[in-house]
Amino acid sequence: MSTAVDAALTHPDESTQQPGDSGITMHRMKSFAGRDDHTGLETLEAHVQARNFSIFYGDNEAVRSLSMDIPRSRVTAIIGPSGCGKSTFLRAVNRMNDLIPRCHTNGELMFDEENVYDPMVDVVQLRQRIGMVFQKPNPFPKSIFDNVAYGPRLQGERNRGRLADIVERSLRGAVLWDEVKDRLHDNALGLSGGPQQRMCLARALAVNPEILLMDEPTSALDPRSTASIEALIGQLRGDYTIIIVTHNMQQAARVSDFTAFMYEGLLIEYGNTTKLFTNPANKQTEDYITGRFG
Amino acid sequence: MNLHTRKLLDRSFTAAGFFAIVMMACALILILYPIISRGLGAYIFRATCEHRRVQFEEFQAGSRQEIEREAAEIAAVRQPVFDMIAAHEKDLKAELQEAFDQVRALAAAEGGFLQRSLERRLKRAHADASLEECLAVLSDIRESLKGQYDHERFIGVIGVITERKQRVEQAAGKLSDMKHALRDLLGPLPGDRRPELLRSHYGQTRWDRSLHYLDKFLYRYDWDYTNAENTGVKTRTPRADEFRGTDLEPAFGYVRDNIEAMMQPRLTFYWRFLTTDSRDAHFFGGIWPEVLGTFYLTIGAMLFAIPMGVIAAIYLCEYARPTKTVSLLRSCMSTLAGVPSIVFGLFGLAFFLNTVGVSDSKSVLAGSLTLALMILPTVIRASEEAILAVPFTYKEAALGLGAGRWRTVLTVILPAALPGILTGIVISMGRAAGETAPIIFTAAVSVGLAISPLQALDSPTPALPWNIYNLCTEHEAVDEIRHVQFGMVFTLVALVLALNIIAIALRARISRKLRG
Ligand SMILES: Nc1ncnc2c1ncn2[C@@H]1O[C@H](COP(=O)(O)OP(=O)(O)OP(=O)(O)O)[C@@H](O)[C@H]1O
Ligand SMILES: [Mg+2]
Repeated sequence: MSTAVDAALTHPDESTQQPGDSGITMHRMKSFAGRDDHTGLETLEAHVQARNFSIFYGDNEAVRSLSMDIPRSRVTAIIGPSGCGKSTFLRAVNRMNDLIPRCHTNGELMFDEENVYDPMVDVVQLRQRIGMVFQKPNPFPKSIFDNVAYGPRLQGERNRGRLADIVERSLRGAVLWDEVKDRLHDNALGLSGGPQQRMCLARALAVNPEILLMDEPTSALDPRSTASIEALIGQLRGDYTIIIVTHNMQQAARVSDFTAFMYEGLLIEYGNTTKLFTNPANKQTEDYITGRFG
Repeated sequence: MNLHTRKLLDRSFTAAGFFAIVMMACALILILYPIISRGLGAYIFRATCEHRRVQFEEFQAGSRQEIEREAAEIAAVRQPVFDMIAAHEKDLKAELQEAFDQVRALAAAEGGFLQRSLERRLKRAHADASLEECLAVLSDIRESLKGQYDHERFIGVIGVITERKQRVEQAAGKLSDMKHALRDLLGPLPGDRRPELLRSHYGQTRWDRSLHYLDKFLYRYDWDYTNAENTGVKTRTPRADEFRGTDLEPAFGYVRDNIEAMMQPRLTFYWRFLTTDSRDAHFFGGIWPEVLGTFYLTIGAMLFAIPMGVIAAIYLCEYARPTKTVSLLRSCMSTLAGVPSIVFGLFGLAFFLNTVGVSDSKSVLAGSLTLALMILPTVIRASEEAILAVPFTYKEAALGLGAGRWRTVLTVILPAALPGILTGIVISMGRAAGETAPIIFTAAVSVGLAISPLQALDSPTPALPWNIYNLCTEHEAVDEIRHVQFGMVFTLVALVLALNIIAIALRARISRKLRG
């Protein structure tokens, strides 16, 4: 059965030749329970809305006049060849691009009816509401406890009992609790890659964000750790709006409800994941997911 | 390039590297060996009974019974020498007796005013009078006789006086020399007036110095200039030869054979060298004021330099936009790091003392500020490098969790940069502790007592680097206290080394904690 799925996903050209065939059925069986494969974007409430949103590095327009609605409590994947502006867009959502001196934007990026780039927006608060997990696990050189408690402490939580509660809840949320509960005060750098990344996820969850941004969260991990992160994303779906950038198309197919394909700063195609992978409307999308370029 | 030449090159590089390391090790040993071996000599040495007396009388260390028992012991051993000297003096006085007899006879024969005048003088040369006094009385009498208008009548007596006086005076000169040498070795002799300088109150406190002075007691060193063609030749004659046939001749052999019993050398660990102040320009006692002064100056300099330096580094790395001004600032700082330290000293005098007037005279405060200024570029540079070396991902992670810039710096960047910052601090701390030039004009005095932290605000202090220099250039008897000088150098080196080791340990601990 899984070989069939793999075959369907690694050779999507075969499955696209037979739209609506067993490949999709298999696919649906492997995807997360409750995923609405046929729901359209239009019926869902948008959490983040880009309106003719452009991002520039100096004169270089890395994201061009992008318009898309990212639905609340769903997983949205962004795929596309290297250098197409995926990270740039993702990092714009919680304004991590502010760190880059010559980076500026144009257009609107609405988050809960508020423009993220409004000068009145408090970036610190914004980042607390929009958490981020990076490509490489980036724990602080502190204990696991201190890592996870970092965000709550920033928000002024000093009570040790409450902090311990938050840490436990977050680690459980990241399915790491049982693994590390006996060594919470060991240095987080002592964990291996997969657990480190899950701890980073727990650290982001501890702040209680509304949106989780993930930039290739599994690209530095081995297949088993990747699987555990993917499983985790499945569990978090529904509680958080998740935007994930990935180069792994199987991953996008497995974890996301909606997929956006970007190419050279432009949004080429955006829609239901199953549909995009099985029956892309655009030639470029098809070429990309069939491996003809990128 | 073929394999052969490449291998050859590799090997020669290895050899060159090895050579450099060996050279450095040799240099280190060459420098450190005398510092350690001779410096330890200030702490661990064979101390004589005189050392213990100094310690008891000046520093209230040691037990009274012990000191008194020892004093009785050495007095018993030394007494024969003093007896021999007394006997010799008596002999010499006896030689003068004939002259006195003739004067007395003359006085009786003359009568009248001259008799009274002569007898008044003769009274001064009573039986207990010292040799010097007797000689002085004779001179006096001779002059008064010569002063008479009909002095030809006394020509016979004057002749006898002159002849006796000359003979005895010569012997007395040698005796005086010998007593001088003995005083250097054993301290004041019985019957001496109390000397003014404290250093003359005691004999040699160290066994090595005792042997040196024993030699000077046993032998007479002179410069022989008889051959005008050549430079002077040093001659060495046994003093015993000068006293051949007298009561004093056996004294030299006696002192040589009994020197240990006279000085009672005992191997001593003199830790008070570190913790006591000094007496009579470092002749006795320790170096505590200098150590404490160095400590104050170093800590004071760090107190100013660390916060300023680290904050400046944070500003340059995290806040300053990379503009022309900032890069100019950076070049200025590099230049500042290369400015000779004496210039900083002069600046400290001109700015902190004369312009700002942080204190009325030189003070630890002014010195600390000057030192802080001197090490500031090093601290900034090291901190900057450490901050820049902190992975960008840490910063990203903190900002991504909603930390502000300042919180990111405090909670993530500084802790991660701490080992590097510490290294810079340690390097500059060693420099601050050992630097002489900046404190000459701003903080250091040659002699002084230990001061309290509060006094540090407005009073100067002795400090190790300056006093090492001062001792060897300005001390009037530096040869007598070489051990103090080496002790200071050793202590300074040990202090800096200790600071370094503490910091290295601290750094290792922090690094281990960071690495997990
Ligand atoms: N800091 C920067 N300064 C200037 N240009 C940048 C910067 N970061 C990215 N770019 C440019 O912006 C464009 C988009 O980069 P981005 O990192 O968003 O691509 P990506 O889709 O995430 O690629 P990858 O899949 O390799 O991560 C690229 O052309 C890149 O050269
Ligand atoms: Mg990227």
